[in-house]
Amino acid sequence: MNPQIRRLFFAFTFLFVALIATATYWLWRAPDLEARQGNPSLIVRQLEVRRGLIYASNGTTVLARNRKRELEDGRVWWLRRYPERELTAHAVGYSTIARSRTGLEQSLNDFLTGSNANLSTVIDSTLDKLRGLTQQGNDVVTTLDANAQRTAMRELAPDCGAAVALEPATGRVLVLASSPSFDPNLAEARFRRIEQIQAPCAPAAPLLDRATAGRFVPGSTFKVVTAAAALDTGRFTPESEFDDPGYCVEYGRRVFNYSDQGTPSGYGRVTLAEAVENSINSVFCNLGKELGADTVLDYAEGFGFYDRPPIELPSDEVLISGLYQNGRLYRPEDASQVDPGRLAFGQERLIVTPLQMALVAAGVANDGVVMEPQLVQRIVAPDGDVIERFDPEEWKQAIKPGTAAELTAMMTRVVESGTGTSAQISGVDIAGKTGTAETGVAGRNNTWFIAFAPAGNPKVAVAVALSNQSGTGGATAAPIARAIMQAILGRNP
Amino acid sequence: MSLRTRELLNLVLVGLLTAAGFASVYIARQDVVSAGSLSYAAFFVALFVVAHVILRMRLPHADPYLLPLGGLLCAIGLTEIYRIDPDLAFRQGLWVVVGVAVFAVLVLFVRDYRSLDSVKYILGLSAIALLVLPALPGIGRTINGATLWVDIGPLVFQPGELAKVLIVVFLAGYLRDNREMLSFGVGSGRLPSPKHLGPLLLIWGGAMLVLFQTRDLGGALLYFAIFLVMLYTATARWSFAAVGLALFLLGAFALYQVIPHVQDRVEGWLDPWSDPQGETYQLVQSIYAISGGGVFGSGLGQGILVSPEGESYIPFLETDFIFSAVAQELGLAGAAAVVLLYLLFAFRGFRISMLADDGFSKLLAAGLTAAVAIQAFIIIGGVTGLIPLTGITLPFVSYGGSSIVANFVVLALLLMVSDRVGRAER
Repeated sequence: MNPQIRRLFFAFTFLFVALIATATYWLWRAPDLEARQGNPSLIVRQLEVRRGLIYASNGTTVLARNRKRELEDGRVWWLRRYPERELTAHAVGYSTIARSRTGLEQSLNDFLTGSNANLSTVIDSTLDKLRGLTQQGNDVVTTLDANAQRTAMRELAPDCGAAVALEPATGRVLVLASSPSFDPNLAEARFRRIEQIQAPCAPAAPLLDRATAGRFVPGSTFKVVTAAAALDTGRFTPESEFDDPGYCVEYGRRVFNYSDQGTPSGYGRVTLAEAVENSINSVFCNLGKELGADTVLDYAEGFGFYDRPPIELPSDEVLISGLYQNGRLYRPEDASQVDPGRLAFGQERLIVTPLQMALVAAGVANDGVVMEPQLVQRIVAPDGDVIERFDPEEWKQAIKPGTAAELTAMMTRVVESGTGTSAQISGVDIAGKTGTAETGVAGRNNTWFIAFAPAGNPKVAVAVALSNQSGTGGATAAPIARAIMQAILGRNP
Repeated sequence: MSLRTRELLNLVLVGLLTAAGFASVYIARQDVVSAGSLSYAAFFVALFVVAHVILRMRLPHADPYLLPLGGLLCAIGLTEIYRIDPDLAFRQGLWVVVGVAVFAVLVLFVRDYRSLDSVKYILGLSAIALLVLPALPGIGRTINGATLWVDIGPLVFQPGELAKVLIVVFLAGYLRDNREMLSFGVGSGRLPSPKHLGPLLLIWGGAMLVLFQTRDLGGALLYFAIFLVMLYTATARWSFAAVGLALFLLGAFALYQVIPHVQDRVEGWLDPWSDPQGETYQLVQSIYAISGGGVFGSGLGQGILVSPEGESYIPFLETDFIFSAVAQELGLAGAAAVVLLYLLFAFRGFRISMLADDGFSKLLAAGLTAAVAIQAFIIIGGVTGLIPLTGITLPFVSYGGSSIVANFVVLALLLMVSDRVGRAER
């Protein structure tokens, strides 16, 4: 048996050399691996930097701060603490060793650690290093309205959903709320507690920022886009008349209105404005067929669909809205592959984020111009100098000002006397649109409300989306949007 | 110089290294060297000196390198565990005491290890019973997707570790009895008769069943590889090993289709960067740890292994991923040294096997040696991404009572064979 044993030994020698070779290979890859997100050594090095603080828009409410920790060997680590806990968990995100970083903590990491490539900060931090001082990062002042954000979080709970509020003229993000939320202080060591969070939807996915990456069917809120296309092309006016038999015929089959499934009664002869007010599917179905899917999608693009909203969050946390096929964004070359009727009232395979729908509302509110959504106001150096100020930028020219005015008038009627009356605030004109997207399962509707106020001089545009609802958008989402708008308008009416 | 004196000198060297290791952990973690940490090392050395004295009494002609090799691997493990969590190190220390005690009992009271041959079927059946134990409802415990643990009252143990030793003893006896038949076959064809092939296929079926029951790909791979290595050693027919390997791969592929846990592991191996925060988190963190160590490592106690909250970045760091921790803190040099220690262990073990003059001793020594070497390869290969990751302990190094005790049994048996060889040589 000795020859076999000798061969075995050689085989093991070969295998063990292969092990050493593999370890050596990883050593050779070290420079590339070291820079990777999630590599603790990179993060630990940055723990020695005192990260900048993150503030709400008032510049006083602290959303992220540091806790000093002296290690046994005398080194000092600055660990992150989030005093507002669940409040801005998605927008601000977390910075941990074990779980890397998310949200602004990730996208603004260079500013927060003071390693942004700006000559003066590089000199400062090098001097600090030479003097043995703790390196200090820059503070970030966000655009988030802490009070309105708190209202949004309170109103959303315990449902699964999200709310976004923007300042239409500047694109400033006042509210970016997603429910269920989580306590980012748990992300470092008690991540399991986050994974165990329960919510009335499966998966509960508390880490998912539903406001910017939640996949919702837009339902009737998309009628704003369809109506915008109808008016802006000049082919229809708010007074254009349609016949509503209670259903619309597509490919030889009847597509029924929401409220009267299977019992075709219909509103009879209605104007486009009335169709918006009462959210009549059959009218929009016919409108979609007349306009064609391509035109509707062109206008959707005008509002920002098929483009990633340039908000200051990591790009993998911001979903692009549009038609999706097999989980992938899908912009058909050939419009005949899309059902224009169902597209027109927001079904088809449309997937949108609450942020995108807030941008639609804001675009209408801002005379047809969609501003870049902006989550950061300014970045302030440790000595108080403003390093960078984020100015409002135009993002998309969606529709003509005249079209925006006509849409505003129609949307105001939705809240005055249509499907969105529960969003009314006394003394304020509100323009809004409800949405109830059916998923085919009872109690599993996506419900929506998008709005802006005051209609004559918009200060806030808002979108609220909820999943797994049995009621309508008017009954479930509109009251939440109302509370958020009230919180924002209440302080600067 | 006598063999035992050489062993003692080796142990002194191991003792010095252990003291240096504990001291450097202490320096890094406490800023002061305390006599306490040195007394740990002293206690550890004393333990191995006891084992050495017993060898001097009972097995004076045994190999002088195996005990120090086992001791050094134990010391590396204990030091690294001490660095990760001092409480665990204390418990591991207790297990080393138990291991040495079992070692002493075997060396002192087993007059002739060859008598194990006569009870080989009982041992083989016991091995199967031990393997099935974790699958029994009530006492079985599933950790990290594999059902490997038995939980009886205060005691949690992994019967598979001991089963490994019993399987080797059984195979040594069984293959010695049947090697002629298996080597040459009967009748006109080259195939052995079904009467002799039957038990082998039975073992293959058993391994597959165990794999399916416990979801323990690493364990099944280990048992089956031991079986193939011993079969090849006994028969010199590599075609057996090749057919066996093919059968195993076939079985594993079938299981791959039905067990998501196995699928995740294989996919994670093929592309570790596919889901670094989820499925492949362990492997990616292990790779970071290995690559971050550099050539000479961060130094004991100074690696980035444990968060300020006391959680290790790699789950199961002290058991499955202990090699990654060693690679981080002692660098490529330390990692390669650990691998070379196993190679040296294999060299001494196979040498004993080659010098032995009866089939049972040869197969026993080769099987036990191969068991340690294969196990080391499976887990080091797993945590470095060379082969799919399967949870299994690193012999002598990983935290875990069953593993430590089983490896001391391996050590005792090897030294008994070695002593017999030495006596015969004189």
